[in-house]
Amino acid sequence: MAQIGYWFDRRLQLAAPIREVSEHPIPRNTASWWYVFGSAALVVFILQLVTGILLALIYVPSGGEAWSSLQSLNHDVTLGWFIRALHGWGSNFMVAIVLIHMVQVFLFGAYKFPRELTWIVGVFLLLMTLGMAFSGQVLRFDQDAYWGLGIGASIASRVPIAGPAIVKLMLGGPIIAGATLSRFFALHVFVIPGMLIGLVCLHLLMVVKLGINEWPMPGRLVKKATYTAEYHELTRKEGAPFVPYAVWKDLFFAAFILLAVAACALYFGPFGPTGRPDPTIIQTVPKPDYFFLWLYALLSLLPPAMETPALLIGPVIVITALLLLPFLSGEGEKSWRRRPIAVLTILLIAISLGTLTHLSGFTPWSPHMNAWSGDPVPERLLHGTTALERQGALVFQVKQCRNCHSLGELGGQRGPSLDSVAVRLTQDQLIRQVIQGGGNMPAYGKNLSPAETTALVAFLETLHPAGQAPARDASRDVVLSDAQEKRPGAQP
Amino acid sequence: MSNENLVSRRGFFMKMGILFNGLVAAALTVPIVGYLLSCITGGRANAYLSWVPLGPVSEFPEGETRLATFRNPYVTPTDGKTADTACWVRRIEGQQFQVFAVNCAHLGCPVRWFQQSSLFMCPCHGGAYYQDGSRASGPPERGLFQYPYKVQDGLVTIQAGELPTPGASASLAGKKPSCA
Repeated sequence: MAQIGYWFDRRLQLAAPIREVSEHPIPRNTASWWYVFGSAALVVFILQLVTGILLALIYVPSGGEAWSSLQSLNHDVTLGWFIRALHGWGSNFMVAIVLIHMVQVFLFGAYKFPRELTWIVGVFLLLMTLGMAFSGQVLRFDQDAYWGLGIGASIASRVPIAGPAIVKLMLGGPIIAGATLSRFFALHVFVIPGMLIGLVCLHLLMVVKLGINEWPMPGRLVKKATYTAEYHELTRKEGAPFVPYAVWKDLFFAAFILLAVAACALYFGPFGPTGRPDPTIIQTVPKPDYFFLWLYALLSLLPPAMETPALLIGPVIVITALLLLPFLSGEGEKSWRRRPIAVLTILLIAISLGTLTHLSGFTPWSPHMNAWSGDPVPERLLHGTTALERQGALVFQVKQCRNCHSLGELGGQRGPSLDSVAVRLTQDQLIRQVIQGGGNMPAYGKNLSPAETTALVAFLETLHPAGQAPARDASRDVVLSDAQEKRPGAQP
Repeated sequence: MSNENLVSRRGFFMKMGILFNGLVAAALTVPIVGYLLSCITGGRANAYLSWVPLGPVSEFPEGETRLATFRNPYVTPTDGKTADTACWVRRIEGQQFQVFAVNCAHLGCPVRWFQQSSLFMCPCHGGAYYQDGSRASGPPERGLFQYPYKVQDGLVTIQAGELPTPGASASLAGKKPSCA
């Protein structure tokens, strides 16, 4: 056995460099569970490569057949569903782990001198991971993929001057069709993975050459002049070989993550595909995968005028900031305990992304397309009402008001809930709002007959909590009572 | 060899070799870039935009808005169903029509027509449009895209072939129907 090993090493001469890498000294306190996310990302990436190749054995990157080939993977090919599920869940885990790794590196100040380039390569690795996530969603060529491409094209088209050309370049033609899928296949399977593999190697090379970031101690400042010597002193005095001192934690965590991916794949199964990518089926509610849900929410909530600048300039600012970070704060304090702004930034971003993602779960900005015909008017709102008010409730449903306004928790949330609208608006204000719209509500003047408007407003006026009087116009009361008094024969 | 200004024979050949490779690479770049950009530049040559029939006028009752579908005039063999496209046809009266793209002018999701409230509503980000396609509410910055149309031999025909997008010079943006 040893002889065979010797025979190979005589020719490959890899034993010495491998030993050097695996035994390179690391500061003892970095053998921590906080330092396992980078290697976990690598392991999940390898899982993606393997499962990706397995899927490519069956998958057909053709606009006409991709969807059917996914169906056959799900239902016909033995364990095809499981490989799809592994790949899909693997991508979710990879995005999550890469983000956690990045946050850890940021909070531990690991991007500071001399590891600036490692960080910059890492930023590109993040962008490529997101690129893989988006292009992967396109390869799952279903309705979500089709309309997701439409959204991508609509965003790209807003680039000044070059917009239409970029759209055609992205779609491979004038419409979303076979050529679009083929080019996203090339991106997802050849171009981005090739660059990812190259950059991962570079990233790892720098980790080994520059040494793993030492555990940040509050008050131990990074200075370019002295850092390298201090780091070598640290690893010399209290260093330990990476193998086996720290590697066992990486191994355990990697195995745990793989197990978690497999468990999710087994329990939840593969993602989609949803409906066939047929653009003539318009009864669809497209939604992106979870890592882009925050963007989906943001695009719904931004004021229209801010949207194009935010879409075009926002990414440039974010990426530039990430790339410049190690140059702007390449020295100084590493510990998060002494970097409150860094911690607050992370918290702010995490809370913002979390909130947006949460909102996208129930899309309060979208009309509920079937609320008008599906959601019942709560019984208590109809109890003891007049015929006119009931007619108004009918108008309310038939004219699809319910798609945007909820009653008793049911219905759309695009507009305000109307459970107590009579407390907020007087009769005149209700009529004006219905007829003229405004405040993000369409005007219904052309679409409601006077009788329908009267009935609708009569119904809306009944919508106030018991014991709370509806809003009324005091001046109107005065005018009406004046008129009453002036009427000939009126009793005082 | 002692004179540093002298270029050695091998050094010269190496430089010539690099130059030679550079020339070949430059020459190959032309067809490669031409191939990559053909989807942009090929538009005019392939006539992406052309007139497609949607159906006889009688299929579209006056005062109503109906969904019509057509096969994109520019197709490739692997397009499958994706080359089929839907559009909303509104017959105002007589020969007067409006043909709207289903794509929301915000980010392209398919809008649905609600006859009772005479509104188009988008399921994605909540855009809404009146029956004439003008913006009613929500994030869109403009009304629905309209295809130029004409009535020819009793058929409603539209000029289509490109995905309408809200970009500045998207071919359909802001164009009035060519005949009315």
